[in-house]
Amino acid sequence: MSDYIKENLDPDGVDRRGFLKCMAWAGTGTFCLLQGGVLKSFALTDVLQKNVGNLKGDLSFVQISDSHIGFNKPANPDVTATLREAIAKVNALPTPPSFALHTGDLTHLSKPEEFDTLAESLKSLKTDKIFYVPGEHDVLNDNGQTFHERFGQGTQGDGWYSFDQKGAHFIGLVNVLNLKAGGLGTLGNTQLEWLEKDVANLKSSTPIVLFAHIPLWSVYPQWGWGTDDSEQALSYLKRFGSVTVLNGHIHQTMQKIEGNITFHTACSTAFPQPQPGQADSPGPMKVPAEKLRALLGITDVNFVRGKHTLAIVDSSL
Amino acid sequence: MPRWKTTKNSAANVFRIAILATAAFSPPPASGALGRRSVATAEEKPKTNAVTIDNFSFAPMQLEIPAGTQVTWINKDDVPHTVVSLDHKFKSRALDTDESFSFTFQTPGTYEYFCSVHPKMTGKIIVK
Repeated sequence: MSDYIKENLDPDGVDRRGFLKCMAWAGTGTFCLLQGGVLKSFALTDVLQKNVGNLKGDLSFVQISDSHIGFNKPANPDVTATLREAIAKVNALPTPPSFALHTGDLTHLSKPEEFDTLAESLKSLKTDKIFYVPGEHDVLNDNGQTFHERFGQGTQGDGWYSFDQKGAHFIGLVNVLNLKAGGLGTLGNTQLEWLEKDVANLKSSTPIVLFAHIPLWSVYPQWGWGTDDSEQALSYLKRFGSVTVLNGHIHQTMQKIEGNITFHTACSTAFPQPQPGQADSPGPMKVPAEKLRALLGITDVNFVRGKHTLAIVDSSL
Repeated sequence: MPRWKTTKNSAANVFRIAILATAAFSPPPASGALGRRSVATAEEKPKTNAVTIDNFSFAPMQLEIPAGTQVTWINKDDVPHTVVSLDHKFKSRALDTDESFSFTFQTPGTYEYFCSVHPKMTGKIIVK
């Protein structure tokens, strides 16, 4: 897990070696099909020209991330508008998603009115249920209490939980609380112990989808893009045939496969951030207005039962 | 594949805010009139007791100050940061862009702190 993507020079966004990793701007879009631990990755434009009927499965869901309601700086002065565009994109999908995951940073400053705007906006999302995990921007001044009361009801500990859908096991983790000086994201021992127990009695053939805000792999530790104790968490999942890890935080899509685990980060609906090491800091990336929407987006995931197949499609706004 | 460069405007205008430490401090008047007014002319330049938060870092990362000095952190980034001492002696709320936080250091010692939102950001205040 010490590897991280420094840069991607391959124009098709895929570098096949011992493990497979790819990276793409949401503007181009990436389609990923996971079959028995083998990832097939295509440009979204190629997929659209092929038989997309194959993507229909027992379950589809969308991932929305990093809405940063309350942010109003030049990178994107109207993040509520782009969130609404993301919602419209989801609502236009041919098959409505069974549910949605919001992988954190709902707000920019954890303000009650920001949470209000987010909740109000997402009421128009055509899906049965939205599951949330907090980002560090959602827990700024009260250790996550406001977030927890509004979006984390019925969860364990500081907000982690799991649920089952169509034979797949979904786990939401919290890695933005009690961060240590000089460190990265943190899960903590209590949560790790819970996770170990949570998956202990599952069959190894159960597809696992793990989601949390900060990446659970070392994307770029120099910018804090990783989680200190993620390896411990992933060690509990080694026996499973199919594990998909969905994260936000870095405001760009990235993928990597390591063994049975596929890692995927989603775009922000608010503003893009630079590629690792390509700027002085990971702060908001200011781009020409006409380019902004190509760098924002949503992630659509399809699951085909029995085939261990998860198809991940990123769409720009 | 386009590579966008960030246009970090704040890097060009590094802020230096200096707040006079304990302005009321002045030496007791010498006996008689001799040298009494010299205090005003000997007015020292403001000490650098401001820490700028920019590009996800504290600048200066290490600051030495005499005891009794107030230090002010100001956030010039587009994202919120905090200033939290490792031993919980001081802790700011989340500082949005251009917001600041001040703390007066009365006791000599080394005070390590970090941003609890982005814990890779660390700094140190040394009070002599």
